[in-house]
Amino acid sequence: MKYIKQISIILSICLIAELMEYYIPLPVAASIYGLVLMLLALTTKLLPLEEVQDTADFLLNHIALLFIPPTVGMMDGVEIMKQMAVPLLVICMVTTLLIMGATGLVSQAILRKGKKEEA
Amino acid sequence: MKELLTESVYFGMVLTLVCYEIGLSVKRKVKFPLANPLLVGAVLIILVLLALDIEYETYQASVRPISFLLTPATVCLAIPLYRQLRLLKKYPLAIIGGVLSGVLTAMVSIYLLSLAFGLTHEEYVSILPKSITTAIGMGVSQKMGGVVALTVISISISGISGTILADIWLKLLRIREPIAKGLALGTAAHALGTAKAMELGEIEGAMSSLSIVVTGILSVIAISFFAPLI
Repeated sequence: MKYIKQISIILSICLIAELMEYYIPLPVAASIYGLVLMLLALTTKLLPLEEVQDTADFLLNHIALLFIPPTVGMMDGVEIMKQMAVPLLVICMVTTLLIMGATGLVSQAILRKGKKEEA
Repeated sequence: MKELLTESVYFGMVLTLVCYEIGLSVKRKVKFPLANPLLVGAVLIILVLLALDIEYETYQASVRPISFLLTPATVCLAIPLYRQLRLLKKYPLAIIGGVLSGVLTAMVSIYLLSLAFGLTHEEYVSILPKSITTAIGMGVSQKMGGVVALTVISISISGISGTILADIWLKLLRIREPIAKGLALGTAAHALGTAKAMELGEIEGAMSSLSIVVTGILSVIAISFFAPLI
């Protein structure tokens, strides 16, 4: 019973999110509206965490399984992959390092500035 | 035999679940970021499909129940974020400032490199969500007209390279604060980076997993501005 109720709550949020995706003219996927709705419901205490957490934790623990079907889709994209291999590797590796550096340095600077002001 | 297999809706489901299980046990035995259940599982399935000469479309149709769970699972990402809201309230400036600089760096650097390589719009928008968690990234790519498989691959490359290079890179840049390390790993390398951050320490892990969702949401907004540029 517990799971039926939890699944119903989560799917209801998905349903509202899909309606929002349809009616709001922004390039935002339904899942993002759903994520924000869920967060709002939890922070306003409209929805207690216990009402969804078991099902949510189960889904999130196995989220990698859900990405397998689209990843298998790369078998149809062998041509585009071959042609993209070099730019793909260069762009992904270089930008990952840049992002890591930017986030790390900026947050460290903000933290240290805060500490100095406290002292 | 082949017709029997491919006509059964259970074929793709069984194949996917078994290959995922194999991937999970490989991950437990081999401590290397490439040996994750997503990549191991997907490669095994591709090999089976090629060996049996089954088309991707046939497979895709039979695993619809799995794909159907993706939106509910993404919605559930709100739960870890809610659990860590306390941290967000404690260090709002460092977290928002750090993640926002990462997201903007991602947008600008991907845009410039895509321009340099002369990528098409389809290729460019497939790579734009490369540092956000797969659940959110796939939806963004689809929405912008990208190739979802290409997005999944770029997300994997980012996660793997970020995890492998994190130690040297963070040391080189003298990023030593545990909070800053965690944020850097989560913003640049999503869930794979978070696994690494958890090895470094509890604060690093919590910060990294918080930054995954914050990065995802901020990126969705940023991408809607950057996607039309190419």
